[in-house]
Amino acid sequence: MARVEDHNTLAAAQADISQDALRRLDNVFRTGAGVFSILLLLIAWEVFARSGRVTAFMLPPFSVVAERIYADAVSGELWRNLGVTMFRAMAGFGIAAVGGITLGALMSRSKIVHWFFDPIISVGFPMPKIAFLPIIILWLGLYDTAKISIVVLDAIFPVVTATLAGIAGVDKVLLWSARNMGARDNAIMWQIVLPAALPQILTGLQVALPIALIVAIIAEMAMGGYGLGGAMMTASRYANSPAVFAGIVEIAAVGYALIKIMALIRRRLLVWHEETAGH
Amino acid sequence: MTQTVTQNALRYLPLLLLALAWETTARFNIVDSQALPPLSQVAAAWLDLVRDGELITNGTASLYRGGAGLLLAVAVGGALGLAMAQWRIFDMFINPLVELFYPLPKSALIPVTVLWLGFGDGSKILLIFLGCMIPVTIGAYNGARGSDHALVWSARSMGASRLRMMWDVVIPSALPELLNGIRTALALAFILLVSSELIVSQKGFGYLIGYLGSTGAYEGMYAVVLTVAFLGFAADRIYQFLMQWLLRWRE
Repeated sequence: MARVEDHNTLAAAQADISQDALRRLDNVFRTGAGVFSILLLLIAWEVFARSGRVTAFMLPPFSVVAERIYADAVSGELWRNLGVTMFRAMAGFGIAAVGGITLGALMSRSKIVHWFFDPIISVGFPMPKIAFLPIIILWLGLYDTAKISIVVLDAIFPVVTATLAGIAGVDKVLLWSARNMGARDNAIMWQIVLPAALPQILTGLQVALPIALIVAIIAEMAMGGYGLGGAMMTASRYANSPAVFAGIVEIAAVGYALIKIMALIRRRLLVWHEETAGH
Repeated sequence: MTQTVTQNALRYLPLLLLALAWETTARFNIVDSQALPPLSQVAAAWLDLVRDGELITNGTASLYRGGAGLLLAVAVGGALGLAMAQWRIFDMFINPLVELFYPLPKSALIPVTVLWLGFGDGSKILLIFLGCMIPVTIGAYNGARGSDHALVWSARSMGASRLRMMWDVVIPSALPELLNGIRTALALAFILLVSSELIVSQKGFGYLIGYLGSTGAYEGMYAVVLTVAFLGFAADRIYQFLMQWLLRWRE
């Protein structure tokens, strides 16, 4: 009897291993296909741009664009613009994150705060806040304060709503037992409510992060000055198309890196949570 | 009935309070009335803009651009997402590209579309199409992949053709996620539309805002900004109703 069970577990284990190997093979295959299709895209870009069907103005070859990026990197122009844009986007994102979580927590604790901000959030969330950019310029001028403010205005809404939803979904039994054991309101907020709401809060931050970057770039395009967006707009005015395409590649790389970093942070912060158990 | 009216009034009272605060701070010159004209003057400027047709002509131009770009994005993006969910080969080769372009801050496309198609309608439509396509694709893809395999198999075993099955089984079950993707695209369309018109344009809401601002007609500028903000809000609300209506067959 025992031996049969042994055989069964062994067979199950073997099946597991082969399943695992298959999955890994599938992953390798997928990554391969992914790299392949991106390479294919770059080659197609190069060939199409050189084929003479489009002018170099409409679509400069990828090699020319890469050269331009390299030249900008060597001269330091790239790092300066990148630094300025990242500073604005991240400062705005940071303020929106802290402010949004605080406001969400306050709204969930106080009826009056909730009453006041609820209609503002629900009406303001679907609005295209970027339309307020000229008003912000009117109030704050063309410098960093204005650019960071419009980023905050746009990025704060998803954080507040996610925090509210996360806190509303916290298991009531947890709260009752904590209160029963004599935990104070502050301790409950920091040790139970916020950690339990963390997955949803992080989702809100993951929505807010690309918004921050999009808006920072729009603000730079509209107001000019240094930064990746400003540099692209200047290049476009001078009909310098390699620099415009260099801007797209650079901004795409930044966006990609930010999203990956955010996903990594999420996994780190939620090690204890069941959502990470599979990894 | 009266109860819900009072409830709603109480609920939206803070917005009225904000409007009152705006009017009084502007009236008593607590802040520079150039920077913040009283709400009543903004309303008067709005009426003037409607009467002389400025708001209507520019508004129609904007709505045409936004609508055309969004429709294209829904059609192409939806078809692409469904194809990716149906055929493994599409999935393998298109999905990496979708993942590559998904995090691209879409505003980066503004100068390129200008480079390609100039300052007119074409560049805005292309921008909105490119920018809004990916959320729709991802919605359609996730929705169709999540569709019940048992349903698909039984439909196939009953002899449904691939297209028939697509229409009767896959699309309805993909609908909730697809519609959510379109909702994201709708919000994105407004953002891209207004920002591209603010940056380079010769007509449209964004152009009108920039023009009024540069001539110092701040009441008018506020009026157009509020109009755009309201339209974005209203579009989302109407879309939500539409979504509920389309999904009413679900339990």
